[in-house]
Amino acid sequence: MNGIFSSSIGKKLIMSISGLFLMVFLLVHLTVNLMLLVGNGEVFNQAAHFMATNPAIKIIEPVLAIGFIIHILYASIITLQNRKTRPIGYSKTSSNGVTSWASKNMYILGGTVLVFLVIHITNFYWKLKFGEVPSISVNNGLTQIDDTYSLVSGLFISYWWFDLIYVVGAIMLGFHLSHGFWSAFQTIGWNNKIWIKRLEVIAYIYAIIIAVGFSIIPLYFLILK
Amino acid sequence: MNIKLKIWRQPNAKSKGRFETYSLTDVSSDMSFLEMLDYLNNNLIREGKEPVAFEHDCREGICGSCGIYINGRAHGPQHRTTTCELRMREFKDGNTITVEPWRAAAFPVIKDLIVDRSPLDKIMQSGGFVTINAGAAQDANSILVNKKNADEAFDSASCIGCGACVAACKNSSAMLFIASKITHLAQFPQGQVETHQRVKAMVAKMDELGFGGCTNTRACEAECPKGISISNIAKLNREFFVAKLKE
Amino acid sequence: MNKLNSKIPEGPLADKWTKHKASLKLINPANKAKLDVIVVGTGLAGSSSASTLGELGYNVKVFCYQDSPRRAHSVAAQGGINAAKNYKNDNDSVYRLFYDMIKGGDFRAREANVYRAAEVSNLVIDHYTALGVPFARDYGGTIDNRSFGGVQVSRTFYAKGQTGQQCLIGAYSALTRQIEAGTVTMYPRREMLDLVIVDGKARGIITRNLVTGEIERHSAHAVVLATGGYGTIYYLSTLALNSNASAAWKAHKKGALFANPSFVQIHPTSIPVMNSYQSKLTLMSESLRNDGRVWVPKQAKDPRKPNDIPEEERDYYLERRYPAFGNLVPRDVASRAAKERCDAGFGVGSTGLSVYLDFRDAIKKKGKKAIENSYGNLFDMYEKISGESPYETPMRIYPAGHYTMGGLWVDYNLMTTIPGLFAVGEANFSDHGANRLGASSLMQCSGDGYFILPYTITDYLADDIKTPRIQTTIPEFERTEKEVKERIDKLLGINGQETATSFHKRLGKIMWDYCGMVRNEEGLKKALVMIKELEEEFWKNLKVTGTGDELNQELEKAGRVADFFELSKLLCIDALNRKESCGAHFREESQTETGEAKRDDENFSFVAAWEYKGEGQEPELHKEELKFEFVKLAERSYK
Repeated sequence: MNGIFSSSIGKKLIMSISGLFLMVFLLVHLTVNLMLLVGNGEVFNQAAHFMATNPAIKIIEPVLAIGFIIHILYASIITLQNRKTRPIGYSKTSSNGVTSWASKNMYILGGTVLVFLVIHITNFYWKLKFGEVPSISVNNGLTQIDDTYSLVSGLFISYWWFDLIYVVGAIMLGFHLSHGFWSAFQTIGWNNKIWIKRLEVIAYIYAIIIAVGFSIIPLYFLILK
Repeated sequence: MNIKLKIWRQPNAKSKGRFETYSLTDVSSDMSFLEMLDYLNNNLIREGKEPVAFEHDCREGICGSCGIYINGRAHGPQHRTTTCELRMREFKDGNTITVEPWRAAAFPVIKDLIVDRSPLDKIMQSGGFVTINAGAAQDANSILVNKKNADEAFDSASCIGCGACVAACKNSSAMLFIASKITHLAQFPQGQVETHQRVKAMVAKMDELGFGGCTNTRACEAECPKGISISNIAKLNREFFVAKLKE
Repeated sequence: MNKLNSKIPEGPLADKWTKHKASLKLINPANKAKLDVIVVGTGLAGSSSASTLGELGYNVKVFCYQDSPRRAHSVAAQGGINAAKNYKNDNDSVYRLFYDMIKGGDFRAREANVYRAAEVSNLVIDHYTALGVPFARDYGGTIDNRSFGGVQVSRTFYAKGQTGQQCLIGAYSALTRQIEAGTVTMYPRREMLDLVIVDGKARGIITRNLVTGEIERHSAHAVVLATGGYGTIYYLSTLALNSNASAAWKAHKKGALFANPSFVQIHPTSIPVMNSYQSKLTLMSESLRNDGRVWVPKQAKDPRKPNDIPEEERDYYLERRYPAFGNLVPRDVASRAAKERCDAGFGVGSTGLSVYLDFRDAIKKKGKKAIENSYGNLFDMYEKISGESPYETPMRIYPAGHYTMGGLWVDYNLMTTIPGLFAVGEANFSDHGANRLGASSLMQCSGDGYFILPYTITDYLADDIKTPRIQTTIPEFERTEKEVKERIDKLLGINGQETATSFHKRLGKIMWDYCGMVRNEEGLKKALVMIKELEEEFWKNLKVTGTGDELNQELEKAGRVADFFELSKLLCIDALNRKESCGAHFREESQTETGEAKRDDENFSFVAAWEYKGEGQEPELHKEELKFEFVKLAERSYK
């Protein structure tokens, strides 16, 4: 294992594994969020409460944060190192018909997603953890839980430009994932001539699911409520 | 046809270069790109000017000497083609063609369009071989190789070392170059024996020589004149992790 | 006293090499490291020599003009590499391989050398396989072989159409291992500009650093030339553009005899000249003639498109002239027949210098799919270059200069007439006689470098173990360096109007017209006059831009062309002297009534080795009689 993470491939391995971990998180996150579209908020509030109080989630939360930090940190290190490899650039570059726009702009896309992430955390996570959130009684009035649904719907119904930010954020994330997904598998070495096409298709499907899934929510509140 | 050329001119490694523009008339569409440059040089010499220096040798796409960034693409607009195989019929009358050397910190310009690609040789030296002395081999047929592996090894081994992968990669990474060698030799029993040392040594050398890392943009395989797939890089990564884990 | 002692050992053919090896001296490992060897060239012959000498422990210095040793022109060999493995159980043997080569060379090679080349061929295949060369394989995992070049057994090992590249990468990888190990020092981007002789022995070379222009001195106890052939003397050829004869020529001027210079193989199926700026003739594999039919229109300068010319107005001249072999006649016969038609005015294409190779009937009979499977990659390559699809319109082909059987004269130990100067691979003359068979060049250069030279050079160096490292400050180096610099200054100082390339083109045309596929006394004499005139013009009107102290490709070219002028005269003189037709050398005066080559064994069964006698002097001919103890001389006929 000597010096594996100081090698260029090792650093990419860190990006790959942290990326895969974050992608799993995104799926869970989306699943919970899509409950916003079911009924009048009870389902979502229950789910949010479960996620907030489950001890397993308590453990995973800091891991998730570390995952984000590592992913961002190594992306920055790799990008800075790679920039040094071409001191004089080309005066003209043309498309080769294969390289995707996303693959060339992962750091910019990631940066955009990071900005969105900060907004997103301020909007919800911060308030839920440290702010005042109205509570609601469930279980025939036996339990008081946070009314997360109102927090979300309130924001999306009141401020159309937040809806826009969330949709743009989701689309940027989708682009990031359209490359990141198959790239993660390529980096860990799980790829060959046959799987490369399959992984690309799966990547697009995954990216579309994430982008559309997260976009539907603000649009649902904006248009239908 | 008539064309305009915007060519990078740089007298030597130490001087600063710049673009010069030349007009060329009566270019035949049958000419290869390099013959067009020969034609330009012939005119320049007659005018008493310095001809454009560019690297070339076999002019049939196999020696890997030629390598020019043409109109924003390594080896020009045609897929699976070296610069010497590119024909002027790929361009239109009146076109302006931008002609640049390979750009990478690891490939400093020597003169005009000629760059120093010796780092690729240094990577090969670090481990791109099978350790065996002449005379020590057993009968060729005593090493059996599955046909599928042999064919895959051939595909990987078709690398001509032109450096287009490095030139096209936004990170100037030599991963495809290394990957083709690792994959080629890993397909054979005789190459398997030292595959772990090989992959570690070659990757370490690449990192040391100022090439970037791979970010899977696929630009290398798009511009590789021999069409070597990035699936080779996945295999390289695999071999590398296994080698490191077994340390 | 005869200068030529070929040192061929006595005894039965099959035992000669074994016996000879046993008589060669050895050097203890500790002493080897004190001995320096220079190898010039990094093709299969050079790389194999250098890596093997490095493995043995010598201190090796290797030079090439390319930026990397991997680019030497062995890389472009397509078809394959022969060996007498008999893997196909078709009753092949070392003797049969030997016999095919001797006969293919039209009985103008040494029996002992050819037999040895066949003998070591199997070791070469074993070594390449061990190095990881991806030879084609069968489903059982064993190596596949194919038949090549009209022989009756399948003995050709191949890696698709890239056998040369794959072998060279294998040889190069072994070389890089020695560079890493420190036994070999690599000097890329260097051109050898002269040989240094000290007390009658080759002791070093003068090189030009092609990047800085610096003139460098390098010394050694022995020098090995692996600098390839001189086919670019025709300007247009299948060779790499920078391939040149300078190193071998400089050695010749320093005393090494040059053997059979006029033996040049012209390959019949190359893509023809398309325009006057063309720089290179790309080879199309010989295998195309298995299905393609060669023809020209019956009407000279027929303006119609080939597909509009009806069957009865086509002249399938190979089928007409050689009903038994038809389109499959050997390289030299096919080349000459194409030239004959074009000279008579029936050639096609804008230049009139090409013939059709038509797949229409084969596609009709076997289907497009089958043809695509056999020749798909070649058709694509042709279309890339010509812009025409051979599936729809006939290919156009024409012969092109390809391989030089002639080269520096060497004895059985591969040493030239200069002690300590060895020549391996295409640079020597030894194994192919007057014509080379397909897939035997890779075999010969690898055999020379891996399994012959390392033994014979050790024998030579054994007498040198007490000779200290040669100093490069001695007067011999100084003098030679001065000569080199003077010549560079001379080339730079002419300051005329015409480029080196332009002179090269003009020289190439003279050589192609008068000393190419067909030669006659009148033409050769005329060529000699024309070459002399052109050479004078060259030294008066050459234009070289730039200076000597920088990367200067014009200067490189000029030096090479200047040497080609001198060599081309020797080619013509040798061709004039050999008043017989044999192999690739066809003298119009020596043909049968039906226009076929007529050999004259009584008067010309010898190797013509030429000695340089000084500028403006006629070279002196030394004859090495060829004795055929083990084979019977036979006639080649394809009617």
